[in-house]
Amino acid sequence: MTQQPTRTTTRTEGRFRLPVQQGEVLDRGRQFEFFWNGSTVAAYRGDTIISALAAAGERIFSRSYKYHRPRGLLTASAHDPGCMVQVGDEPNVRGAHRLVTEGMRVSAQNAWPSLRFDIKAANGLAGRFLPPGFYYKTFIKPERLWPAYEKVLQRFVHAGEVFPDTPHDYYDKRYAHPDVLIAGGGPAGMTAALAAARAGARVMLVEEEHQLGGHLRWADPPAARQLSAEVTAQDGIEVLTDSVVLGRYDQNWIAVVQRGHPGVAERLIKARARAFVVAAGLLERPYVFAGNDVPGVMLSTAVRRLINLHAVRPGQRAVVLTANDEGDAAIDDLRGAGVEIAHIADARNGGDILRAHGRKDLRAVELPGGRKIEADLLVTATGWTAPTALLNMAGDVPTYSPTAARFLPGGTTDDNVFATGGIAGDGTLDELCTHADAVGRAAARAGLRANRAARAGLPTLAAEPPAPAEDEQVAIPELGVAAHPALFRGATHGMVDYSEDVSSKDIHLAVREGYDSAELAKRYTTATMGPLQGKLETINAIAMVAEATGRGIAETGTTTWRPMYTPVTLGALAGRNFEPVRYSPMQPWHTANAARPLVAGQWIRPDDYGDPAAEVRAVREAVGIIDVTPIGKLDLRGPDIPKLLNLLYVNKWSKLGIGKVRYGVMCAEDGVVFDDGVTGRLGENHYLMSTTSSGAAAVWKWVESWLQTEHPEWQVHVTPVTTGYASINVAGPKSRELVDRLTEGVDLSAEAFGYMQVRTGTIAGVPDCVLWRIGFTGELSYELHVPASYGLHVWEALVQHGADLGVRPFGVEAQRILRLEKGHFIVGQDTDGLTKAYSAALDWAVKLDKDDFVGKPELAWQSESTTGSKLVGLQPVDGAVVPAEASQIITSTGKIGGRITSSRFSPTLGRAICLGQLDASLATPGTEVAVQLPDGQRTTARVTEHLAHVDPEGKRQEITDPAPQPRSGEPGLARSAVTPVGDTGTHAGWLVSTKHSTAALRLSDRGPLTKISVRAAPDGQLANELGTRFGRTTRDAHGTLVVGSGPGEWLVLGAPSAHDTLLTDWQRRAEDGDEFASAVDLTHGRALFRLTGPDAPQLLAKVCGIDFADEFTPDGAALRSSVAKLVTDIIRDDVEQTTSYLLHCERSSGQYLFEALLDAGAEFNIELDGYPVATEH
Amino acid sequence: MIQLPCPWCGPRNVTEFSHEGEPATRPDPGTATPEQWRGYLYFRRNARGWTEETWYHSAGCRRFFRLRRDTVSNTALPAGERAEGSA
Ligand SMILES: [Zn+2]
Repeated sequence: MTQQPTRTTTRTEGRFRLPVQQGEVLDRGRQFEFFWNGSTVAAYRGDTIISALAAAGERIFSRSYKYHRPRGLLTASAHDPGCMVQVGDEPNVRGAHRLVTEGMRVSAQNAWPSLRFDIKAANGLAGRFLPPGFYYKTFIKPERLWPAYEKVLQRFVHAGEVFPDTPHDYYDKRYAHPDVLIAGGGPAGMTAALAAARAGARVMLVEEEHQLGGHLRWADPPAARQLSAEVTAQDGIEVLTDSVVLGRYDQNWIAVVQRGHPGVAERLIKARARAFVVAAGLLERPYVFAGNDVPGVMLSTAVRRLINLHAVRPGQRAVVLTANDEGDAAIDDLRGAGVEIAHIADARNGGDILRAHGRKDLRAVELPGGRKIEADLLVTATGWTAPTALLNMAGDVPTYSPTAARFLPGGTTDDNVFATGGIAGDGTLDELCTHADAVGRAAARAGLRANRAARAGLPTLAAEPPAPAEDEQVAIPELGVAAHPALFRGATHGMVDYSEDVSSKDIHLAVREGYDSAELAKRYTTATMGPLQGKLETINAIAMVAEATGRGIAETGTTTWRPMYTPVTLGALAGRNFEPVRYSPMQPWHTANAARPLVAGQWIRPDDYGDPAAEVRAVREAVGIIDVTPIGKLDLRGPDIPKLLNLLYVNKWSKLGIGKVRYGVMCAEDGVVFDDGVTGRLGENHYLMSTTSSGAAAVWKWVESWLQTEHPEWQVHVTPVTTGYASINVAGPKSRELVDRLTEGVDLSAEAFGYMQVRTGTIAGVPDCVLWRIGFTGELSYELHVPASYGLHVWEALVQHGADLGVRPFGVEAQRILRLEKGHFIVGQDTDGLTKAYSAALDWAVKLDKDDFVGKPELAWQSESTTGSKLVGLQPVDGAVVPAEASQIITSTGKIGGRITSSRFSPTLGRAICLGQLDASLATPGTEVAVQLPDGQRTTARVTEHLAHVDPEGKRQEITDPAPQPRSGEPGLARSAVTPVGDTGTHAGWLVSTKHSTAALRLSDRGPLTKISVRAAPDGQLANELGTRFGRTTRDAHGTLVVGSGPGEWLVLGAPSAHDTLLTDWQRRAEDGDEFASAVDLTHGRALFRLTGPDAPQLLAKVCGIDFADEFTPDGAALRSSVAKLVTDIIRDDVEQTTSYLLHCERSSGQYLFEALLDAGAEFNIELDGYPVATEH
Repeated sequence: MIQLPCPWCGPRNVTEFSHEGEPATRPDPGTATPEQWRGYLYFRRNARGWTEETWYHSAGCRRFFRLRRDTVSNTALPAGERAEGSA
């Protein structure tokens, strides 16, 4: 290096930069500049921010928290309390860990106006020290001064600056399922990893630093390189450097933050480790004495890192206090680096130091007895701390070893948690590696046993995993403990917690004030509660409590370590945001027609199209159409449906004829109204149940729970088809004329299709549509349920064919007004979690003469009561006043007598109308009540005769005009859940993308495939015909894929052109057999994608917690889990030996899932692929 | 995050399930007294130690199933299987 100095390097080489060192991590060929507080500083690639600054001669990097004392290097590692800096807009960067990059803008934190002159340091001089409990004692009263206190306290915050405008970084997340996860990539961690991987385990090795090697990097660089090379060459080890195990939770659920992954700021790994090895090594402990935080006082490991890894001379003239081999080795390193050793105090022979002199920089070291030695460097090597945090989180209680003068693991963790290396004990490198090798093998054995246990009985496997060969227990040799002098504090007081500015004196004072346990003193003084979270300070703090109380350290005990092991960014914890959204098939039309979106649960719905009042008038005067796709729909099949309906609804269902629809109310067992909707009978054993939009999922679960747990003997199959149908309510006096223009096969005359009836027919050329004649809006209306793939087509046909009738789309707001005018209540709006059926004015619906129904006893008792609240119609006397919803009703005695539950201005009546819950004593029609408005004013409202404000007699449901002639239409194109991008074409009546990709990883929309859900006994004749069972797939000679999608549930996937044949065939088979079976078409209700490529398992690991390794999820596996927080069916169906998955979810979330998969696949260069018209897979 | 052993799907993360509480026997609605009925609605053992619970695998097989769980250690076993030392 010195032979060919370029001009650049000679000019910018730091004054303290050493020639090339054997273990250095610098790339001397890559020199560049960065900024430090505005000035340029030279660095090599491989430098940390602080090593580059130290090479340039900088000694102060921050100011301390309370007293603003200058702080320099202490540990030269991620745990260096004085080396937190601001990098650009990122605060609190660990400067002795973060690698510096070209042009990086680094500045000091908490140092105003400058690092070398800090006004706030006056706190330390004038006020002397802020005592422990300062905040508790000072900033209490009076409360009116709290804002002032806040301003004062803000000045003390030892953090960098947060910029609200900082652009969002991309954070990532993924799951992992290692057999063995090892925290720590030093010699023990690497040896354990090699042993575990050689025993057949999948290993994840996590190292906080930028290289594997641990202390060998400076103690024995060739050995570090050799071991590291072995690890790299070994199959089955995933190495993560610059990554930290943040915490260990129950059942080895382990959080790892991975840094340095391309394209992402940070990535959170959620690992389910079958065995966990903690090989975290040892941290060097600071020594407590006066001036121990003066810049120039460093730990022996810090100088060894600086010299050997970063080729930085840490000073000119040094005093060394050593109590161990590391200190001795530091002396050799210092001499090799040309540092003059002015004095060695050997603690093993009684040597000590008294205090460090200097403020901004070390000037001299005073020895006991008063001798002062001039020095700019004081190195201490006084002992170790075992970072037992992760073991502690696994249930281990560390025990104090007076011999070693440190805490050791207590050996009381779960079976599948191990410790090795320096954390576990002392020994030569060979002894430690022998121990680690045994631990690696033992961890592999435990991990592989857990792996086999997790696979036992797994339905996705074609066969039970073979019984394991008898594996032998691994004998783990004992590690010894080397004697070490117990050195915590010298004869003077000094810093215990550098991050929080807590001194040994403070802890003594806290103990005198009564905070005499480690846990109390910690909280009172805030020692160990700063950014280092106790890594350097805990043991010294405990020693100070022990010293002050006169108890021993063992008796004082350690404090509990909790996650996170190291501070973590909120971005890493948040990761990619998974928030499923749902769209109806008509969403593209809504977007194109300026619908104002309403977020209703996961649904995005049109709130209005610009003028809700005009939309209301269109419905009352002509005809309106509203997209009500989110209404819950359950397809019910089986002979016992009437029993089920009688049990779940409060009203009667035994005599519902085919073609009839009935309104029903469900209550919970406590009598509280739970959901409502209409259910229609389509055939002998076939019903369609509708639920509220928000209650769809809950009702489905409710129905299943009664069927599965209380009445497994009932023959009923329930299939959610909410998004299998696009639902359109056509409402208004001209609704029949409009529907008639597009309908085939249904007689819409008043005589043939009366109110509360259901028909199936063809609409706008689309067969298998369901039409209900119901009226939530109070107008004559037809609710059309159209196979979802044709929803947009039918919607557009209604708009087009209704133009001359004045058809107008209306949104949720207009619907809310219309139903309020009609006095229809909304569950959850006009009722709450305590509203029983009689309080919702459902007296007419509750049939107490039924033997049983859910909630019956509570309702029977409620019916006997005359108190409680009632749902009533209300109209403000001043019709111009529209009370806010939730306005309270005040009684004459000033008590709360109820509340307004719904309130709008009625365009039809030209006045305010309301629904409200009123105390029964106020609920008589004609009663006038006082409504307390949010602005403090009161208005008077009168209880109305009916809930309905408009048409209480229901005359508007009647049909007076003659029936027009029906017409027919073309069926139009079927559309899948995903809007195709790029070139499109048609295939078997479907609009498909014709893009062709040859990328390694491809995602393709397979929505057009025929999807038939078959339900039957898991082990009956039909199961036999289907040819597979839950968890597995099979493909027949025609290419139809049969998926065992659930216990007693199958999904048959076939070509789009085979739709009718397959459906008819399976419905016939279901009906013909002796067992109870059913087949339901889900073609339009599901979104379906194919993800193909070798990286597909890695992509899925970013969105799903399932282990996608072949041994858990082989070809032919079928399972359901959460993908990007969406319940998704995953089918492994390899194509020509390439890993491939079919993924399907309910249709309305298809676009969301598609985009989530593309986002997760970006790092693998995923491409969209079109529909394979030729092969139809 | 703990895992639960779904009798159908195998071990899965607990976030895939919903906890349905301790099973309670439904009294005869025709004869139940308010006290009996409300005992069924609201009263549960809530034991420290082994409990029997109903869970629903909402993000998986969508089956309701019984589980025995030690509320101290979170050890979960399929109903019927007894852990050593359990009641
Ligand atoms: Zn399951």
